[in-house]
Amino acid sequence: MAHADTHAAHDHDHDHKPSGIGRWLFATNHKDIGTLYLLFALLMFFIGGAMALAIRAELYKPGLQFFDPGFYNSLLTSHALVMIFGAVMPAFVGLANWMIPLQIGAPDMALPRMNNYSFWILPFAFTLLLSSFFTAGGGPAGGWTLYPPLSLQAGDSFPLTIFAIHMMGASSIMGAINVIVTIMNMRAPGMTLLKLPLFCWTWLITAYLLIAVMPVLAGAVTMLLTDHYFGTSFFNPAGGGDPVMFQHIFWFFGHPEVYILILPAFGIVSEIIPTFARKPLFGYDAMVYATASIAFLSFIVWAHHMFTVGMPLAGEMFFMLSTMLIAIPTGVKVFNWTATMWKGSMTFEPPMLFALAFLFLFTIGGFSGLMLAIAPADFQYQDTYFVVAHFHYVLVPGAVFAIMAAVYYWLPKWTGHMYNMRLANWHFWVSTVSVNVLFFPQHFLGLAGMPRRIPDYSTQFTDWNMVSSVGGFVFGFSQILFVILIWQCVRGGAKATDKVWDGLSHGLEWTVPSPAPYHSFDTPPEVH
Amino acid sequence: MLNRKVLSALGVLLGAAPAVAYDSSYNMPVGVTQIAREVHSLHMIVFWICVAIAVAVFGAMIYSIIAFRKSKGAVADTTMLHSTIVEVIWTTIPVLILVGMAVPAAKTLVRMDDTRNAELSIKITGYQWKWQYEYLGKGISFYSTLGAESNYARQLHSGIDPNTVKDYLLEVDHEVVVPVDTKVRLLLTANDVIHSWWVPDFAVKKDAIPGFINEAWFKSEKIGHYTGQCTELCGRDHGFMPIVVNVVSKEDFARWVADQQAAAKAAAEGAAPTATTATTIAPAASAAAAR
Repeated sequence: MAHADTHAAHDHDHDHKPSGIGRWLFATNHKDIGTLYLLFALLMFFIGGAMALAIRAELYKPGLQFFDPGFYNSLLTSHALVMIFGAVMPAFVGLANWMIPLQIGAPDMALPRMNNYSFWILPFAFTLLLSSFFTAGGGPAGGWTLYPPLSLQAGDSFPLTIFAIHMMGASSIMGAINVIVTIMNMRAPGMTLLKLPLFCWTWLITAYLLIAVMPVLAGAVTMLLTDHYFGTSFFNPAGGGDPVMFQHIFWFFGHPEVYILILPAFGIVSEIIPTFARKPLFGYDAMVYATASIAFLSFIVWAHHMFTVGMPLAGEMFFMLSTMLIAIPTGVKVFNWTATMWKGSMTFEPPMLFALAFLFLFTIGGFSGLMLAIAPADFQYQDTYFVVAHFHYVLVPGAVFAIMAAVYYWLPKWTGHMYNMRLANWHFWVSTVSVNVLFFPQHFLGLAGMPRRIPDYSTQFTDWNMVSSVGGFVFGFSQILFVILIWQCVRGGAKATDKVWDGLSHGLEWTVPSPAPYHSFDTPPEVH
Repeated sequence: MLNRKVLSALGVLLGAAPAVAYDSSYNMPVGVTQIAREVHSLHMIVFWICVAIAVAVFGAMIYSIIAFRKSKGAVADTTMLHSTIVEVIWTTIPVLILVGMAVPAAKTLVRMDDTRNAELSIKITGYQWKWQYEYLGKGISFYSTLGAESNYARQLHSGIDPNTVKDYLLEVDHEVVVPVDTKVRLLLTANDVIHSWWVPDFAVKKDAIPGFINEAWFKSEKIGHYTGQCTELCGRDHGFMPIVVNVVSKEDFARWVADQQAAAKAAAEGAAPTATTATTIAPAASAAAAR
């Protein structure tokens, strides 16, 4: 009997996987759902990337070569929505699904069916969004910020876009609830909050941000919908509405959203640097408090996105000063990462390379962010390519590189195979060089006076646009290496050890076998 | 003044003063107003502070990468975990730097906000996709749209090389004419969607929002043509509604005003049969005349 029991338990532990398509459609396993999220994010990264390359092709030289300006506006709007809501956010949720239970010693996420639901909403949301390209009037063309009255001029794409955003928001909120409930209730005995791995900490804070602001976005876009179809005048000045109110509501969502896109990246980098510097994270408590401070500040700085709307002087002053404050906790994080490397014993495996590129290039984005905070100077930067360069620096070599670092860090744990290091190094170097060729010249374009969101430009901007486009194409196509590498690693490769990396092994995920068993931690580990 | 001293001191310190390019294809123009110069120097000060911080922080990172690598036999100091003193230091120093930046920035912001004592007021209305300029109290009003040559060249598959068009996308049919050394107040609004009026050389960028009237001002110290563009996405032809301001001497401006008023008067007389509606459509009629 005893033998049979053990056998059954063993069966349940390692072998019982639903098979076929049902495994994915009805997935409740955190690892399967994590994989679905990550693959979906990768697909969206390529769809959004294809749009970006179309934009860079049009901007390669002055004059209109390929697209009608209206279609160009649809491209840039959809590029942003796809990349933010389709690529970066789902990639982080995928990482959270895979890693949070493994890092806190839990058997699964707390709410597995809701987990399934929150993923499967996404393919439908993006089908709606992308199908709007085929409606009368084309895709959404008012910018991802959806400012009325312009966004109200949209054709049939409008309700599709709004509904897609509602669905994405519902998905994000469910994902966030799951993260909070899991971290708050399912930590292994002995794992107090201040022993939580930083990736879990940053995700916990991100999840609270999501729950706080996604309903705000939902409210804003619902008001747009009723303005468009039901004769309300929330934002329509002709009916006594206030278009600036939309901007305030939108950016009250939008600024915390910016940190939703970067805080988990901070967590990833805080996991990777100690491993390969072979030295525990310097100033763990300070890192946690800095993350919390950034999250708090994100709620009181929103109007720095709208310095030119004509706020009262006192308003501009407040938002300038509060925005400058963000530099302090962000600086603390950068200093702590640097101090972690100081007197370490570093090696430079692909995850570490991407984490280091993050450290340098995100910091450049931070510097331009500080410049943008200076309101009088912001009047010159606002809505130019300087802003485009700034937010792409924090989102591409920032958030996206952190996601790639995470994939390179944990992929052997997921698949049980080591990947092709040579290919990974190629991917890193080509990406890192080209991403700078792509985005650095955009600082110059913005300062020299090129507005953003224009399909054609005056001839003095030609040179830097050409450089940027060349960088864009190299960066875009070099991502194919990433896909080849993942494909090869899933199919086979050298067997990965439990510990995977020859470095400072920290975190419970390295105590389970590679690949991580389908159900890990049936009995919670003790943390001391 | 202090700003510029600090700036040049920093420039000299870093031995990079000649690298500060003006009116270049990679930096902000210095501009032709006092405010624009202040903004430019703020921009440069903050930029050089960022460069200085970058040298220190990136220097520490690069030093770590070079000195503390396992292949060089570096052994990790795993006792180095936390230091309250260090955390306090690297929180306090940034606070001081930020205060240093905030003070001049706030001063400039206050000056930019002061639209009092304007000698000329122009109401600017954004339309999809053109600007209307009304000189308040002078009876001058006209629309300003993309110049014809640019407009032909910018069509999809036009076959015209934009490099052959002078001031491609930065030329208009009717330029805004203003006198030099005169405080010009702008009243900005829009008639359909939100636009934004930007002339980098004046450091003026202000949104033109339907249902709102925003204020901005500039006082150009130099005669010349200054160009800008709409900087708030306003639909299909957002990229094709440029701004050209022609700053002329006060005498030339007086002559221009007289010419415009005479033309408007002639047009109003020509439109006498519809005189009953002329008052309500006056701006449009005079604009038509101006064309």
